[in-house]
Amino acid sequence: MSSVLYDVPGPKARRLSRRLTWLAALLVAAGLGWIAYSLSQAGLLAPELWTALLNPNLVTLLAGGLLATIEVALLSMVLSLIFGALLAAGLLSGSNWLVGVLRGYVELFRGLPLLLLIFFIFLGGPAIGVDVPTFWSLVIGLVLYNTAVIAEIFRAGILSLPRGQIEAGLAIGLSEAEVFRIILLPQSIRRMLPALISQLVVVVKETSFGFIIGYTELLRDARTAVEFLGGSYSLPVYTLVAIIYIVINSLLSWVAERTQRIL
Amino acid sequence: MNVFLDNIGVFRDGVLVTLALAAASTAVALPLGVLLAVMRVSPVEGFRTVGTVYVGIVRNIPLTVVFFFSAFVLPQLGVRFSYFGFAVIALVAYYASFFCEAVRSGINAVPVGQAEAARSIGLPFHECLRFVILPQALRSSIPPMVNVMIALVKNTAVASAFGVTESLGTMELLANRESTAVLSVLIATGLVYLAITIPLGLLTTHIERKVAFSR
Repeated sequence: MSSVLYDVPGPKARRLSRRLTWLAALLVAAGLGWIAYSLSQAGLLAPELWTALLNPNLVTLLAGGLLATIEVALLSMVLSLIFGALLAAGLLSGSNWLVGVLRGYVELFRGLPLLLLIFFIFLGGPAIGVDVPTFWSLVIGLVLYNTAVIAEIFRAGILSLPRGQIEAGLAIGLSEAEVFRIILLPQSIRRMLPALISQLVVVVKETSFGFIIGYTELLRDARTAVEFLGGSYSLPVYTLVAIIYIVINSLLSWVAERTQRIL
Repeated sequence: MNVFLDNIGVFRDGVLVTLALAAASTAVALPLGVLLAVMRVSPVEGFRTVGTVYVGIVRNIPLTVVFFFSAFVLPQLGVRFSYFGFAVIALVAYYASFFCEAVRSGINAVPVGQAEAARSIGLPFHECLRFVILPQALRSSIPPMVNVMIALVKNTAVASAFGVTESLGTMELLANRESTAVLSVLIATGLVYLAITIPLGLLTTHIERKVAFSR
């Protein structure tokens, strides 16, 4: 039995549960039905609105947007991983003033809205005479924020290992760097992988902020398409975009689960 | 810093809208999240499925896309709200799933023996949940829930792109008006957010220590 919260249901409980399931199904169906009804009343279920999704121009546009989204997500993730690892190493170094400064960084950047960080680069850059393209505004904003988050993931992963691991390593004569590289890192990566991949999901979602500063990623292209085609196309186009995000992120979550099982 | 003093009223209005957005969204999303969590652990398969599917969908799409649906698709259906109302709808729909996961992690953290003891004295599922599991689960899920609240406060900033003039919207407004003092405006806005999020963060640490102590 999957849950400890209730006993294995008997015939009566099973009957009740079946009835409630039907009730839930009925409610959901009623809700969806109402939505479908209002959609069709508003003329939003007209087939020509939805077949527009097959228009090759729209497909090319959105594919380009998707590529731009993935580009930002991957670059930001790789940079955040590198800086996050360095930051975590600093946080674990034990040097008091260094730890203080780095903790300040983590608290500062975790406490600010990502959108504000992106605007800091986007508007603040020109203010001091550096013009930052939207692509880099987005990437730098994402990296500033996610470095702080990933450093915390690394730190928690390494601290979660039993102390005996370090002591045993030092006892057989490894240097501190060797202990870190040969003993701590391989074990902690195994533990951190699920958290890191769910952070990747977050990064993929956050790239959509690019739409707000005008970087042409998936969402921006979708908006452009809707502005070109007309407001009544908003439902089909945004539904398609939502499905694309769901597919990418579910795929990532699935990979996370798989790797966790293998490791 | 003169920009800040000259426009203190504008900043105050922005902060008030940010706080109102966060408070209204939390007030609805939190109970909804608890309900979703209860659905996800209930013995009724239909409830479980509804909860799981909802959370699975919402957690995998960006908040901005949720905003798109509430701000651009709902009006097409004849739903009429202010920008503020649509922003609250989007934030509630999105964060209910995160509150749900926070509560569910709390439920999973309750020792197995508690549920077994409750069942062995004959409590049915709803009483077991209400008298034994949830009081303990909600308590240990306070720190993750505060973390979700921090994320919610920060992401109210997205509403600025959808017509709500909260703190970030105020920032853009002032940055356009006072183009020579963009940096001061940005820094002032950053301080405004930190003044909300850092105390909340300290609260989590404090509560975490207290809950750990009482165990």
